Amino acid sequence: MCLAIPGRVAEVFEQHGMRMAKVQFGGITREACLEYVPETQVGQYVLVHVGFAISTVDEEEAQRTYALLAQMDQLAELDAPMVDDAGPPGEKS
Amino acid sequence: MSQSATEKSKQPDASSQDQASSVPSPLFGSCPLPIFEHKQIVLGHGSGGKLTADLIDKIFLPAFSNPVLDRLDDQAVVQVNGARLAFTTDSFVVTPIFFPGGDIGRLAINGTVNDLAMSGARPLYLAAAFILEEGLLSEELQRVVASMRDAAQRAGVQLVTGDTKVVNRGKGDKVFITTTGVGVIDRPIEISASRARIGDKIIVSGYVGDHGIAIMSQRENLEFEGAIESDCAALNSLVNAMLEVSDIHGECPVHAMRDPTRGGVATTLNEIAGRSGVGMLLSEESIPVRETVLGACELLGLDPLYVANEGKLVAVVAADAADAVWQRMRRHPLGAESSIIGEVVKEHPGMVRMKTAVGGTRILDVMFGEQLPRIC
Amino acid sequence: MKYLDEYRDGRVAAKIVEEIRKAQTKPWVIMEVCGGQTHSIVKHGIDELLPQGIELVHGPGCPVCVTPLEMIDKAHAIARRPDVIFCSFGDMLRVPGSDGDLFTIKSQGSDVRIVYSPLDCAKIARANPDKQVVFFAIGFETTAPANAMLAHTAKRQGLNNVSVLVSHVLVPPAIAAILSSPDNRVQAFLGPGHVCAVMGYGEYEPLSQQFHVPIVITGFEPLDLLQGILMAVRQLESGRAEVENQYSRVLNRDGNRSAQALVFSVFEVGDRNWRGIGTIPGSGYRLRPEYAAYDAERLFNVTQIATRESEICISGEILKGNKKPHDCPAFGKQCDPQHPLGATMVSAEGACAAYYAYGRHLERAANDTKLTRIASAGAA
Repeated sequence: MCLAIPGRVAEVFEQHGMRMAKVQFGGITREACLEYVPETQVGQYVLVHVGFAISTVDEEEAQRTYALLAQMDQLAELDAPMVDDAGPPGEKS
Repeated sequence: MSQSATEKSKQPDASSQDQASSVPSPLFGSCPLPIFEHKQIVLGHGSGGKLTADLIDKIFLPAFSNPVLDRLDDQAVVQVNGARLAFTTDSFVVTPIFFPGGDIGRLAINGTVNDLAMSGARPLYLAAAFILEEGLLSEELQRVVASMRDAAQRAGVQLVTGDTKVVNRGKGDKVFITTTGVGVIDRPIEISASRARIGDKIIVSGYVGDHGIAIMSQRENLEFEGAIESDCAALNSLVNAMLEVSDIHGECPVHAMRDPTRGGVATTLNEIAGRSGVGMLLSEESIPVRETVLGACELLGLDPLYVANEGKLVAVVAADAADAVWQRMRRHPLGAESSIIGEVVKEHPGMVRMKTAVGGTRILDVMFGEQLPRIC
Repeated sequence: MKYLDEYRDGRVAAKIVEEIRKAQTKPWVIMEVCGGQTHSIVKHGIDELLPQGIELVHGPGCPVCVTPLEMIDKAHAIARRPDVIFCSFGDMLRVPGSDGDLFTIKSQGSDVRIVYSPLDCAKIARANPDKQVVFFAIGFETTAPANAMLAHTAKRQGLNNVSVLVSHVLVPPAIAAILSSPDNRVQAFLGPGHVCAVMGYGEYEPLSQQFHVPIVITGFEPLDLLQGILMAVRQLESGRAEVENQYSRVLNRDGNRSAQALVFSVFEVGDRNWRGIGTIPGSGYRLRPEYAAYDAERLFNVTQIATRESEICISGEILKGNKKPHDCPAFGKQCDPQHPLGATMVSAEGACAAYYAYGRHLERAANDTKLTRIASAGAA
């Protein structure tokens, strides 16, 4: 019900009469059915659940949400004391 | 065998296995063999987590128990006429027999060499028994054998004896290989899962999850494309490099070492924490995982910390020498991505906790059965 | 990974927590509906980050754990048939019925296969024309478009050896049931982001108004959850009760119209029994009459099997958010993933299973001296 992750549409094709895509998720590629997001173009991001794209990721909205979060970051710096962010032991990957 | 024994005498409140086994059953005291509730063996019994531990505890250990076996290390260290020998056995049933980055033969050689190397032994001789399924293509067998020859050469070991059986079509999955290995410990070292000490640092030798995901990528209905290869490799030369470092007392700083195969890094660290009666605290951000492996795990709902590795080790190392060991590892081709991922702590003995990237903490328990792809 | 990693940034998380702390003046009880959200909260340790007065309770958003026992027993009976290839999502493999689970059935020789996508069943059916391919179609509304597509494709392509065993459940009736319960403690909801990506969130507005509860449609990453909680707290503090959309990068009020169209051409709404809760009217999907030929329940005519639920299990209370896994005396003892007693432990998504997987039973064990005494007595 919940496990849906965003991936980038790399290629669009037809199979058994259905619109399909090769979608990239962090370097791996898997097929997904695009029947529910028919206007999707190569390069767009879709949310994939059990092999189906159920929605496209609105890049502008994503920017807006993220900017809001980042802004919180900046505003908070002005008045709240800094949270301790001593890094983890050892090497970052 | 590499499962944690129910170390009841060490930490009574550590693992849930102890909880379950300490609630007295109605037959307590009346039967020498503990009750094994499963009427049949299921696949989960082979996945290296709790079900496997259960099988070992309730069926194998009671029948064969002795001081060496009861330690349940990946290898048995025995004394014979003054020499310390390391002795191990393993079997390989992987499907498909050829997968990105390796094959069952290469896995068999490297897996056995690694079991020996994890005790600090110099691997010397291997034996291999083959169970072949009627109908297996000779050409496939030749490929497997050539691969074993190459792996043995690279690891510096010799295959000195073997056996072959053939079973009827349908009674075996193309090839099963069982190996036995022997090596010698010729350094004054004591490396064992029970020797981790508070303050020690925990090091992983590189990217985790490659092997299990490479296999998963070939599984029916779960296939995906992407350059994920098994990390299958012999670790003895990496271990040699690590053992050249001394701690401030001039002793070997490596206290415990294991290759996180079935059950992944999380299960292996739990085994060490349990056997040593110590806690562990990891940092999620410092655990190296390839982007491709992360992608596959996100997609299938798997956790890379529970995915099998075949060319990695985790080492628990004295704090004062940890940096030196880590540097030495990074200079070795098989340890180039080594990372210090946490430390051994006094708190929560027997339990492994992890500080998450987002700032919370999470407990890493032993894996239960097979990790299955999920939709939720 | 894009659109995932950014939402796991620890520094930003800390800042959002700070904002929650500033906004909060009273204790509040917030329920996250979806099992995936519960999973994410426990996995990232998000509930530990929150200020003291914010209590997160876990909702019934786990379609696997609320699948009724009779349905599981029917699935098992069908899977045992020699002419059947039984296909299922991985989640259902270890859910015990009255006699074993799909794993044991597989070990006894039946053809049980894990699929990632329902469309894989069409492939299997084409490759095995002499077998009956049955797909266990569970899930919330998120999975309905995928499951519907299998039935639709089978009908369109005349794949007569495919059928679906449907056990879909719907979120809004479950929320209504929780809010209507006299013991309800939930004051605000984090709505199910992926369900709403399909269905939109129009259905949640009457609920929000009728019961005067804020409902914030929320995503699944740590920053999504924290932002959702912040939005809920701000509403609660100001006495507002509206539906807000935190997950705007993925959904809008209408949801996915073409998905909805296909879902309603294949399924219709019906009553559904929820394990641990009971029958909730209008809370599930069943196949429309036009798809009767693809309905495994009809095709295989599985007679009712006597089912037996545990008496100790309090999963009903947990699914409604009235109790936590810790509150159950059996948690981590008689009841664990190896021997689940009820709904919330049977799948990796249930609150008890999620807590168990992330070690919460060990935490309790470490703090519980009574347990320690029992353990050392047993060790002697």
